[in-house]
Amino acid sequence: MRIYILLLALLAGNGCAYSQHIISGNVAAPQNKPLDGAHIHIEKLHGVSAPDGHYELDNVPSGHQRVVISYIGYKTMDTLVDVIADVVLDAVLKPESTQLEEVVLSENNAVPKNTVHEQRLKTETIEKYSNASLGDALKEIAGVYSLKTGSTIVKPVINGLHSNRVPIISNNVRLEDQQWGTEHAPNLDINTAGKVAVIKGASALQYGGDAIGGLVLVEPVSVLKDTLFGRTIMTADYNGRGGTLSSALHQGNDKGWAWNANGTFKYMGDRQTPDYVLSNTGNRETNFAGDVKYIGNTYDASVSYSFYNATIGIAKETHIGNVADLVRAINNGQPDVVEPFTYTIGAPRQEVLHHLAKANFNKQLDNDSSLSLQYAFQLNNRKEYDLRRGDFANIPALDLTLATHSVNADWKQEKDNTTLKAGLSGSAQFNDASPDTGIRPLIPTYDKYDAGVYGIASHSFSETLSGEAGLRYDFSHMSATKYYQKTRWNSLGYNGVFDRFITADYGSQWLTNPEFTYHNISASLGIRKKFSADIDLLANAGLAMRNPNPSELFSDGLHHSNGTIELGNLGIKKERALKLSGTLLKTGGAFRFEATPYLNAIHDFIYLSPTAVEYTIRGTFPVYNYRQDNVLMAGLDLHTDWDITKRFRHSFNFAYVHADNTTKDEPLIDMPPLNISNTIRYTTDWQSLFLELRSEAIFRQTRYPNNDFYADVPVNGVLTPTLVNISTPPPGYHLLHFISGMQFSLGKTLASVNFSINNIFNTAYRDYLNRQRLYTDDIGRNFQLQVKLNY
Amino acid sequence: MKNFRILALALITITTFSSCSSDNDSGPVNEEEVITTVAATFTPVGGGTPVVLMSRDLDGDGPDAPVVSVSGNFTAGRAYEGAVNFLNELANPVEEITGEIQEEGTQHQIFFQHSGIGTFTYTDEDANGHPIGLSFLYTATTTPGAGSLTITLRHQPNKSGENVPEGNIANAGGSTDAQVNFSVVVE
Repeated sequence: MRIYILLLALLAGNGCAYSQHIISGNVAAPQNKPLDGAHIHIEKLHGVSAPDGHYELDNVPSGHQRVVISYIGYKTMDTLVDVIADVVLDAVLKPESTQLEEVVLSENNAVPKNTVHEQRLKTETIEKYSNASLGDALKEIAGVYSLKTGSTIVKPVINGLHSNRVPIISNNVRLEDQQWGTEHAPNLDINTAGKVAVIKGASALQYGGDAIGGLVLVEPVSVLKDTLFGRTIMTADYNGRGGTLSSALHQGNDKGWAWNANGTFKYMGDRQTPDYVLSNTGNRETNFAGDVKYIGNTYDASVSYSFYNATIGIAKETHIGNVADLVRAINNGQPDVVEPFTYTIGAPRQEVLHHLAKANFNKQLDNDSSLSLQYAFQLNNRKEYDLRRGDFANIPALDLTLATHSVNADWKQEKDNTTLKAGLSGSAQFNDASPDTGIRPLIPTYDKYDAGVYGIASHSFSETLSGEAGLRYDFSHMSATKYYQKTRWNSLGYNGVFDRFITADYGSQWLTNPEFTYHNISASLGIRKKFSADIDLLANAGLAMRNPNPSELFSDGLHHSNGTIELGNLGIKKERALKLSGTLLKTGGAFRFEATPYLNAIHDFIYLSPTAVEYTIRGTFPVYNYRQDNVLMAGLDLHTDWDITKRFRHSFNFAYVHADNTTKDEPLIDMPPLNISNTIRYTTDWQSLFLELRSEAIFRQTRYPNNDFYADVPVNGVLTPTLVNISTPPPGYHLLHFISGMQFSLGKTLASVNFSINNIFNTAYRDYLNRQRLYTDDIGRNFQLQVKLNY
Repeated sequence: MKNFRILALALITITTFSSCSSDNDSGPVNEEEVITTVAATFTPVGGGTPVVLMSRDLDGDGPDAPVVSVSGNFTAGRAYEGAVNFLNELANPVEEITGEIQEEGTQHQIFFQHSGIGTFTYTDEDANGHPIGLSFLYTATTTPGAGSLTITLRHQPNKSGENVPEGNIANAGGSTDAQVNFSVVVE
């Protein structure tokens, strides 16, 4: 540990062995930013620095004294001083690198100006999910649920909203491809994350104006000290009979070159429910992420690159042919055919490849302001394989290549009690839907251009009150190339309405070039009031606007995984949301909590709704159209931590959302049910051993729209109208999990061994927000062994 | 360390350039796998005019419902040699899918569900000795009357399931590739 001391001066005086002296000085962060409230102590003597950073300790005895100066978020200075007279000791504290340690909340600064409460995952939690996905890990935050397709395609649901209402910002780049529907999970390796945070609400204007549900921020590990260290995590799972190997190396520096490299390899076979094997549910991943950074005196520059490559099996049982198959799957209660366990991944499956390359330049303009410039490129290729006949068996049913270029310029000034942020962003996106699939693509070929500008001002009015206001403007233009069957074009009522989009006639199909331009305004307003040392109230109002995405505009075809025909609508308008939320935060003491009530009124909310039944030669299918209605959502997220004793700690999460379609006066579809989790943790000093029991109670969703329909299903050769029960949510369930871990020192290496049991009682359950719930149970008991080496 | 930087820059350059896809417009996707037409031909044993049941859906998965036609009535008590054909009339020229189903016989089976209009017996076999159903023998019931016949093509059924080789669809599983229903008369 190297501590940089700016000045250490000993003033001469007439030394007397038993006399007492004064030690004084200034505590500052780099660039002479004074640190208010730094803690200075010499044995039992202690003091605190004033707002200008000055401190003074009286009655210091003569002799060899150990002086410790600490400030949260900074490296503690620990030094020996020979006291023979009064001493002036100035200290410049270096920012603490936060990797491998619990994250320090930014709200702990003396006068926080940030009025948006960020909820973060602890490093321990991120590492616990090394073998799972970002969506699984985020579920540990109250108010975040998961939307699943099987067990490996998981995306976060924040306060009931998901997909492109919840942008995921990875390494300051907005992740593309995850915004389309439930089967597109974030293409991200959780092992590369140093920090994962959730912002609920539309207040993060810096990242876009369309985060109607909230925002997930993922940042890589960043090391600000001269060191080289690494970490390897090995995870082995019983359910799926596979594991993950993830290794990272970090070379840090306070000046000069620094770099990080991270590689992950995952290999899993078929998962198992308590009663049967889920055929074709294996997955594998090969991921890499790395960056190189040069840190100068007033600037730093970095380039980074990451690569995500996943093959994900989709349970065979969920591939159905028509409504008769769907009725059969629902009524059977379990798969028709269960095959023996295998690592082989057949069809249906997804193969996803995601490259992300980024160049970033930050410049300190003067003492108060900085400028950041960034260019990022993303290339996503997604292939979805289906069960196909003949020569098509090895040709994907969907093959999309999505390329996105984006640039950002962000300026920040922190002066006195005011922080100003402003920025510009632009992006160009090109989607190429390969025609070689032999299936009309659900998402067409398109080009999209976006540009945005924002400004945010935060100000501390007093020691206890601060406010923040922001405004953003976004421009978006999209131009698509889409073929429509003429029969479809007419049945959708486009004939005579959207004729201007038609560019060519291909017999039974029209070639069209739909173009859309949007101008959006988003805004946020927040205040933060400190009632006492550890109680804060934050209140926010956010206005957000989201443009319809290509799947909502253009979808046109049969979805094999749920046996529905999905139809987009060229007439769909953008949706507008006004979200009001508050957070009551208690951060200190043995009992800590945060309570976040919210209200989200969304105008022209876009959703899929069944409208009719269509007859084809495959049989009957329900038709789902994208529609727009007004929606009102109200909810409460609650989280508490209670240190019952020094050894026992209890945590509690509660989330409830009540959502209505106010236009149709009925409950809103696909809302997470009431969920409550309780965790009790016992820690010991011996090898840092901990034992944790976690209970997860998911109640039945009783509020849902009834979209059941009747379809003609052959019974003894006669087509008989049969009720297709697709609406009723599954019963509630309760799961119990056990986690334990301990640490050892192996020379310079710190080893941790964790053992956990998920779903201890092997409970069979289905989750309302799992797309496969109509066909199969969720996965059963899992034993997991994890070994971590920090070196 | 310099090498590392150069390597990183090179990687970015490569990925940037490799992404430039040309926007060549290759025309509309012709759905080559889709079945538009199911035709079941019943030829009377010993000669006579065949009865043809046909269902055509010329916009595939489009909004228009299939057009169903039945060329005539069955004669009570009479035996018919049956054959089912699957076509894709959207392809140019019209594609015969029956051969493909024959080739992948182990992965397909055709089922005949009806309201008691007679008996169906498979007369073909796949490589495992299980029926496919592209050819069959139908014996009309001796009691005249109107009835209903559903012909279903299942993809990847469990062909060794209970009573599946005998034509019982209930335990077959798999996914449906085609399912057509005809109103027929036995006179």
